[in-house]
Amino acid sequence: MKSKLVFALSAASVLFAAAVVANPARDAIVAGFAAEAGVSTFSADAGRTMFLGQFTGGKEATPSCTTCHTNNPTAAGRTRVGKPILPMAVSANPERFTDPEKVAKWFRRNCTSVLGRECTAEEKGNFLAFMISQ
Amino acid sequence: MKRIISPVATAALLVVTSMPSFAASPWIVENATAKEECSACHMAYPAGFLPERSWRAIMANLTDHFGEDASLGDAARTEITNYLVALAPKELRNVSSIAVPLRITELRWFRGEHGSRRVAQAQNDPRIGSISNCAACHRAAERGNFGD
Repeated sequence: MKSKLVFALSAASVLFAAAVVANPARDAIVAGFAAEAGVSTFSADAGRTMFLGQFTGGKEATPSCTTCHTNNPTAAGRTRVGKPILPMAVSANPERFTDPEKVAKWFRRNCTSVLGRECTAEEKGNFLAFMISQ
Repeated sequence: MKRIISPVATAALLVVTSMPSFAASPWIVENATAKEECSACHMAYPAGFLPERSWRAIMANLTDHFGEDASLGDAARTEITNYLVALAPKELRNVSSIAVPLRITELRWFRGEHGSRRVAQAQNDPRIGSISNCAACHRAAERGNFGD
């Protein structure tokens, strides 16, 4: 009986995990970047490289994504004034990247702050691929 | 002539309903857009802390907001600007009427209240992060209470 319950619970959690990964709103955002970039897949590795990279083109106070988000996407980050930032990794924060307006706003702001320019659709897709894989 | 509300009464009604409600406080951020957008990175600072001209200057330069891009769409930016300006004082005590202070933390009363030792302490304490993080110490700051 107990093992059945455990099985049912783990089956439910697998279903739940699958539902989290296959969020239709998030999928639509990724598909939008793919269409814009003219590619069919994104590289989580390239996303990781950007996330961990150090840049000089942006604002002095924010030379990298990790300045505020830390180099662990599943951990909480911290804004420059000390306010916590929810984790970036979808596994740690299933609501990430499900609101297209928020995604557009924060890519616009943070790419400008860190890189000194807006990110390309391919860069955004790679970044999301990395965060979805985490 | 079966007019139910005279034009004068209509105009008066419009003026009354477009004024901030009696509950609007310069010490609590009650506008939903301001609350959400301004609190994304820091506590949403209430309008009363800076003069009207300072809020205008801050809201006109969101692409370089203390070293970060905090740009907003036009609708949200206009709404927040109007909200802050409506509640902000024209002048602040001990601030010249030609000065446009941008940082609450650099106002004379703020330095006097906190002192450079506390500023450094906040910076070095990982639970606080910076002196701009009011609510780390003033637990009821978001409800307009900085008394503790």
